[in-house]
Amino acid sequence: MNGDGPLHRLRREGRIVVVGASLAGLRAAETLRDEGFAGSLTLIGDEPYEPYDRPPLSKQVLLGMADADRTALPRRRALDATWRLGVAATGLDMAARRVRLADGDEVPYDRLLIATGVRARPWPREAEAALDGVICLRSRGDGAALARRLAEGPRRVLVIGAGFTGSEIASACRERGVAVTVAERGAAPLVGALGGVVGAVAAELQRAHGVDLRCGVMVTALEGDASGRVRAAQLSDGSTVEADVVVVSLGAQRNTDWLAGSGLGAGPRGIACDAGCRAFDIRGIVTDDIFAAGDVARCPHPLFGYQFLSLEHWGNAVSQARIAAHNMISESTDRLPHLAVPAFWSSQFGVSIKSVGVPTLGTEIVVPQGSLDGGGFVGVYGYQGRVVGAVSFDHARWLPFYEEQIEKAAPFPPPFPTLDRRPDAQRPRDADFPDPSVPTHGPTVTLSGYSPADRRMTFTPAH
Amino acid sequence: MRIVVDLNRCQGYAQCAFLAPEVFVMHGEEGLLYDPEPDEAQREKLAQAVAACPVQAILVDAVETPDRRIRRSRRAHRPGR
Amino acid sequence: MTQSLLHQILDPANRADPYPIYAELRKTPVHHEEDGPFVVSTYYEIRSLLHDPRISSDAHNLVSTGHDPLAEPAQEEQSELPPSFLRLDPPEHDRLRRMTNRHFGPPHSPHRVDGMRGELQGIVTGLIDGIGDPGRIDLVDQFSYPFPVTVICRLLGVPREDEARFHGWADAIAASLDPDPDADPAERGKGAPDARMQLGMYLAGLIEERRKNPGDDMLSELASAKGPDGTLTTMELLSTAALLLIAGHETTVNLVTNGMLTLLRNPDVLQRLRADPRLAVPIVEELLRFEPPVQLVPQRTPLADIEVHGVTIPKGSSLWLVLASGNRDPRRFENPDRFDPDRRDIQHLGLGSGIHSCFGAPLARLEAQFALSELARRLENPRLLEDPPPYRQNAVLRGPRHLSIACDGIRP
Repeated sequence: MNGDGPLHRLRREGRIVVVGASLAGLRAAETLRDEGFAGSLTLIGDEPYEPYDRPPLSKQVLLGMADADRTALPRRRALDATWRLGVAATGLDMAARRVRLADGDEVPYDRLLIATGVRARPWPREAEAALDGVICLRSRGDGAALARRLAEGPRRVLVIGAGFTGSEIASACRERGVAVTVAERGAAPLVGALGGVVGAVAAELQRAHGVDLRCGVMVTALEGDASGRVRAAQLSDGSTVEADVVVVSLGAQRNTDWLAGSGLGAGPRGIACDAGCRAFDIRGIVTDDIFAAGDVARCPHPLFGYQFLSLEHWGNAVSQARIAAHNMISESTDRLPHLAVPAFWSSQFGVSIKSVGVPTLGTEIVVPQGSLDGGGFVGVYGYQGRVVGAVSFDHARWLPFYEEQIEKAAPFPPPFPTLDRRPDAQRPRDADFPDPSVPTHGPTVTLSGYSPADRRMTFTPAH
Repeated sequence: MRIVVDLNRCQGYAQCAFLAPEVFVMHGEEGLLYDPEPDEAQREKLAQAVAACPVQAILVDAVETPDRRIRRSRRAHRPGR
Repeated sequence: MTQSLLHQILDPANRADPYPIYAELRKTPVHHEEDGPFVVSTYYEIRSLLHDPRISSDAHNLVSTGHDPLAEPAQEEQSELPPSFLRLDPPEHDRLRRMTNRHFGPPHSPHRVDGMRGELQGIVTGLIDGIGDPGRIDLVDQFSYPFPVTVICRLLGVPREDEARFHGWADAIAASLDPDPDADPAERGKGAPDARMQLGMYLAGLIEERRKNPGDDMLSELASAKGPDGTLTTMELLSTAALLLIAGHETTVNLVTNGMLTLLRNPDVLQRLRADPRLAVPIVEELLRFEPPVQLVPQRTPLADIEVHGVTIPKGSSLWLVLASGNRDPRRFENPDRFDPDRRDIQHLGLGSGIHSCFGAPLARLEAQFALSELARRLENPRLLEDPPPYRQNAVLRGPRHLSIACDGIRP
């Protein structure tokens, strides 16, 4: 490296701004310092808190095992950063290289990382959403509010949407002895993320734990009482559910509104980037000073035919942040692609659900280990004759094997015998994912673009 | 003390829940729940749990009081987006 | 002709330092000698195979043992105990291990091991108090052996005074993993089935007694409990109890002895441990990498032809996974032959990985931590009288038979 080239100067005295002070933003900032960035580092976050971990909000916090305001993320190292917390970024001037803030300030940058993540999709009718007792769960404040409601012993909680978050909330309710109804538009819980075959197992799990699960229905209206408290919900099948807490769990929206008109390739499906996390502008030309990481980014993944993937996964935020940060301060030939195999977990109804790869890409599923009827299992997803994803219910120790299979694009269905393979498990069957044009509540991986490999477009509705 | 467990790595060996049961709790046979901000009194057991994790998934604060500088540099602004 | 690598591993002459042989072995990650087992010695390959659902632990899937000196064919005689979960595949393995764990660890018994801390400390203190002449101590006989035996007896509810009776059986069973490469294979391990049966009969009597007179020990709970998986049959209970008893006997003794030997060879680390007992935690993890008490897993077989590092391992062949070699793989660990408790990256294979990973791991860890920190604190100026010490013949459960040390006195 040239001792006083532009990159060297950037590393020594440049200005890096990270918009989004959550998991991805924090880990990116740490990586920048790890890798020797000595210039000024600014983290901007719309919430007035230092970075905290969100997964506990739908688990430990609701179970009373942790307080919502005690989930701050541990630090891997000291940062020596300037924090602008409690103030949202409201605009980007790409030409002048400045981020505008809600308080009118402008923050100049040499390199920008966007890690603004997602927010909960609100209940579409504002008046109903404003009723006392109607809650979305995304932030620490939401977690505290819901935990407080559960502690008050509500007569019934209604969860709208049986994705991972909704199912975890229902699980926490049952564990606390609170009656809960779950209303899901799709045919089963988790159907958007794991398909109907596994969704049926999730449905059985919910019912076995006493959840009043209603699938194939929509909530059409929420009703309040005279004091403005929610009291009931109308369902599309004509029934009414009386509930004093309603949790709206309809998935997430990407926080890209603030980039509207900036010229960056950002929209409802996220910020399009290359495999090295460099953002595209609206002309489809890659920028060299703006990067994106975490839930808000959509990157082509080499393992999956360079399909653009938006991954709302904790692990993706961590690994993408590291790649983006490294690439921000590296020569083009030293840059790294984001290659990590996607992975996520959920814990609900006493079962640990884990996944590797991209199940939603699969069209077929086999169960090479365990049984869908209880005691846990591994499900493997196939697409065009190769393994693209796997899910385990209480079988996590086998997943590393299937992760290797995904990395090797191993043939599907797996042609070998396995321990504990049940007689009916040889035969792959339709994984039964819902039609992508019909919105479901909980896909956490969105296929959002052309796949150059097969020249086929996957339709994803822009909500 | 603040901790976070990378549950993508976790395979449910439960070493942490054996060694520091006040901080880590198995939820079912394989799922793990934990207190993200355990008491100072748990420090020794926590160190045992961290070291024993077969997949090294537990991250503990490497910085003692990282939030002091944040409070100083934070300006009062209207919260939220 | 030089001795084959397989023979070198098993040759008792190499027991004190098998690591150069492992280094040689790693040059061919999947080593195969004519008609012998397939020996896997590199970290990543071993770790993969430990998580591979095509690899069976059930001896029934072994097509031919060929000339595998460690092979233990499936026992079908009625007099034998059925295989323990160590030698079973899912779903039976999962069911038995889950039912056993119900009375040992989380989620159902989260405080069992944590609650033994005071007891462990007390046993260690008692044994060190009773050492006698500090000028000549056999650490194995006076400390490393009686300590875990006392612990496992308390845990299971086996009267300590019966120890002499089952000591012999446990040794005979462990010795079936202790091949003399030149012995007639037909004679090898001949005593084991008999010992296993006698141990089984002893345990059966004890279980009967515990059923009548239950205590808060694991045997009492295992014998009477009824969970979602039902109750263990008497035969399942016997083989599980035998497994725990033997595992409790034959592994921690080596971890503690190897540990003290390693500390005495690294006096700077011993000095640091004396000053800060908390260092015992990373020391024990590094020990599990550096000198693992179970050196290799000889009991696996593929259910289909599999390819590992370019070598096809045929279905039904015998497979050895040399954990201790994977732990010294320079592709995985920097300076692998250096004992370094400050090592940050330490995902060792010392307790296995995957579904068969060591059942008693948390207890073994605590035992070794208490043992080493107390020995470091209380023995004044300890030194080795013999280095290397004499080893047990066993190549799998490897450790010194005696460890002669001396010190200037015992601190209170």
